[in-house]
Amino acid sequence: MHIVDRRLNPSSKSLENRQRFLRRAKALVQGAVKKSAQDRDIKDVLEGGEVSIPLDGMNEPRFRREGGTRDMVLPGNKKFVEGDILPRSGEGSGKASEPGEGDGEDAFRFVLSRNEFVDLFLDDLELPDLAKRKLAEAESEGLHRAGYATSGSPANISVTRTVRLALARRVALRRPSADTIAQLEAEIADCDEPRRSELLVEIDALKAKARRIPFIDPIDIRYRRFETVPKPVAQAVMFCLMDVSGSMSEHMKDLAKRFYMLLYVFLTRRYRHVEIVFIRHTDRAEEVDEDTFFHGPASGGTLVSSALATMHDIVRSRFRPADWNIYAAQASDGDNSYADGDVAGRLLIEKILPVTQFFAYLEVGEAGGHPGFELSGSSLWTLYQRLQAEGAPLSMRKVSDRSEIFPVFHDLFKRRRHQERAAS
Amino acid sequence: MTANSAERLYEGADWDFATLQRIHDACEKIAKSELGLDVYPNQIEVITAEQMLDAYSSVGMPLYYKHWSFGKHFAHQEAFYRKGLMGLAYEIVINSSPCISYLMEENTATMQTLVIAHAAFGHNHFFKNNYLFKQWTDADGILDYLDFAKGYVAQCEERHGRLAVERTLDAAHALMSHGVDRYPGKKKLDLRAEEKRAGQRRSHEESAFNDLWRTVPTGPLKSASTLSDERRRTLLGLPQENLLYFLEKSAPRLQSWQRELLRIVRHIAQYFYPQGQVKVMNEGTATYVHYRIMTRLHEQGLISDGNFLEFLQSHTNVVFQPDFDDPRFSGFNPYALGFAMMQDIERIVVNPEDEDREWFPDIAGTGDAMAVLRDVWANYRDESFISQFLSPRLMRQMRMFHLHDDPAETAGIRVDAIHDERGYRRVRRELARQYDVGFIDANIEVVDVDLAGDRRLMLRHTVIKGARLNEADAKRVLQHLADLWSYDVSLAEVDATGTLLGEHVSSPRGIPAAA
Repeated sequence: MHIVDRRLNPSSKSLENRQRFLRRAKALVQGAVKKSAQDRDIKDVLEGGEVSIPLDGMNEPRFRREGGTRDMVLPGNKKFVEGDILPRSGEGSGKASEPGEGDGEDAFRFVLSRNEFVDLFLDDLELPDLAKRKLAEAESEGLHRAGYATSGSPANISVTRTVRLALARRVALRRPSADTIAQLEAEIADCDEPRRSELLVEIDALKAKARRIPFIDPIDIRYRRFETVPKPVAQAVMFCLMDVSGSMSEHMKDLAKRFYMLLYVFLTRRYRHVEIVFIRHTDRAEEVDEDTFFHGPASGGTLVSSALATMHDIVRSRFRPADWNIYAAQASDGDNSYADGDVAGRLLIEKILPVTQFFAYLEVGEAGGHPGFELSGSSLWTLYQRLQAEGAPLSMRKVSDRSEIFPVFHDLFKRRRHQERAAS
Repeated sequence: MTANSAERLYEGADWDFATLQRIHDACEKIAKSELGLDVYPNQIEVITAEQMLDAYSSVGMPLYYKHWSFGKHFAHQEAFYRKGLMGLAYEIVINSSPCISYLMEENTATMQTLVIAHAAFGHNHFFKNNYLFKQWTDADGILDYLDFAKGYVAQCEERHGRLAVERTLDAAHALMSHGVDRYPGKKKLDLRAEEKRAGQRRSHEESAFNDLWRTVPTGPLKSASTLSDERRRTLLGLPQENLLYFLEKSAPRLQSWQRELLRIVRHIAQYFYPQGQVKVMNEGTATYVHYRIMTRLHEQGLISDGNFLEFLQSHTNVVFQPDFDDPRFSGFNPYALGFAMMQDIERIVVNPEDEDREWFPDIAGTGDAMAVLRDVWANYRDESFISQFLSPRLMRQMRMFHLHDDPAETAGIRVDAIHDERGYRRVRRELARQYDVGFIDANIEVVDVDLAGDRRLMLRHTVIKGARLNEADAKRVLQHLADLWSYDVSLAEVDATGTLLGEHVSSPRGIPAAA
């Protein structure tokens, strides 16, 4: 008897089958994911979880029979005697529990992992194709093995390759081996005179040849070669800017938080490493941790330029644009002191936008507000609208209800048509 | 073991591999010397719950080709398992040589003992000795063949595209239950040789390929109408109930790799064919064996009273048979029915009553229960087993009754027979019929091909007791069939008197992807 411990075998043997199934059911699953995203909190949605899809197109048909006269033998008779007639419905007919009849499986429920869920959730979204992206796509360099070279630093000598070449050369040039010489020398010890002198000559010739053909020649030597290859920047930083002045209600902060969460999840899908910087501002800005950002009390006036200046400082000191993809999302109720407009606009155009991949402005309103129908925009909205009209790559949306967050987000990052063509 | 009754196999619930080895040896001793079992060598594999789920989704086999439907089953079962709606089996056992039993790592030592006795000896003996398995399956070759199948499917996907392979497999799976030979006569399947032959066929085709043949002018084709109907059917091997076999051999436009895929699915279906016919016996045997072995181990003092109680608790769960009006009822529990019948046979052999002497004159009172049982295990399947060995006493004990449901009868369902003197034989016959493959699967045959006309493939479903095919499913399956055949397919439903009850027709969805 053998006992085999299979527990250490690589797990998820059926992962491939699962992926095939998901691929096949993609349209259905995606629909289900979007639907459950509407019903649930974003936080829960992104945790993955159970979805249910209709079985259409996923069924495995077999010939199945139904109807006709049926005979069945059942256990547990209590009061029936031969010849009794049982009514077809109602108690005691035994009909409710017939064997082998169950196929009422019209919806198919299963659990998606968090990754699968988010993949499907964000599947048709893409990072916007901005002109400036090229600038920030500056690449860093890394070393890669690239075969062997005849020159290089001694530290990089490839011993196996060198010895292999030397051996080939020695064989090709018939370099006498040490064994052969030793053998002949052993023969000298017991043999007659003429043979002896013959052998001595031969040994001398062999030794001379061995000297002429070196064991290792400089032409055998090989070095491991390395090449520098450009590596795409695989890290991103996400700046969350938020107005925390008194006019921002809890509801507005909640909207902003949801948007940031989506952006964060989205970025983590695209970049190996994502950092978040929280900057909150009233009339002065400061970098804070997440908890303070969303929940810390603050009061004061509103100067947007202070936040932009802080962001610029942080970028300069910690996030070299050459190494980092920079994303920024600003949330505000739109209030800004009138005098600050010009300063903020200049800062944005000259300092911030040139280094960021993407800058989104999200104007949050009270629940029940009608964004998009206001006749005159807020001061910040008007400012950004003007900048946008002048050609600044800004994205801006208004949101006043939780349910709008995902559509707005989706809209911002929707895969554009020309990108689809390029991708296909 | 020198009967030191204080020396237990294990204490408590923990176990390690040495414990498993001791348990196995102790079970083996009882199985071989006391029960006289004859088993394949055992291989015991310890797996995790996730691996158990993996195994579930590929019908319990340790390796299988890739297909989305297995992923679907996995996702489905995983959802149930996570919600706690479904417990996992304690073991899975594979009819192969060596006989592989999977044990879950979270089983307690008692459960492992139970499982080893159940699977590694009960099922194992049954696999090795039952005539159906001997006749239909090749325990030595199955794992190699599955390995070959897995590789072949992957290779086809590389060569012909995943979509084309998936389509062919979808269609083949839909016809799987009609891809078996039901009657012996052909020589036993040798999967190793099969695998070798597939390779040879392929290499021969490649080496013998010569494009010139295509340009050789052919003479006027022999008109199909010159063949008599009878002759044509004979040439095509009709009527043929193995649909996959027929398609593999005769479908006009399949590529050779598609034929090979049909062949693989067909062979695997054939391998599983006996298992459906001996469900009650197989589980009954294994349950009876584990019960005997565990009792014996306890008697010898190898397991403690506490552990024996733990065993009894899971054993009673396994052989629990709810009554028909119980919400938990879902047909006969094969473990319960099988175990009850095995015990009943033991009683009849050892300690018969007058009634048993009358009903079972051959075995009543012969005294050697194991000899009788071994003979039963070797030579019967569920249907014949029940129709021969279900005793009146057991029918009374389980209070079996027979319902006859005729849709034409408006008053309701008639109780046709119960567990009394007048009903024993009828109840037994009807129960046996429930396990008869001839009644379980729809009887569908290829009857003819319209060679002179539009090449329509004609099938016939012989309707038994008025049970027609489900319309929607039949349509889908026929669609797959038509795709493989590449011309129209029609299926006539005919009752025993030859009256046509209905017809399904399907046309192919364009030529197969790789044609």
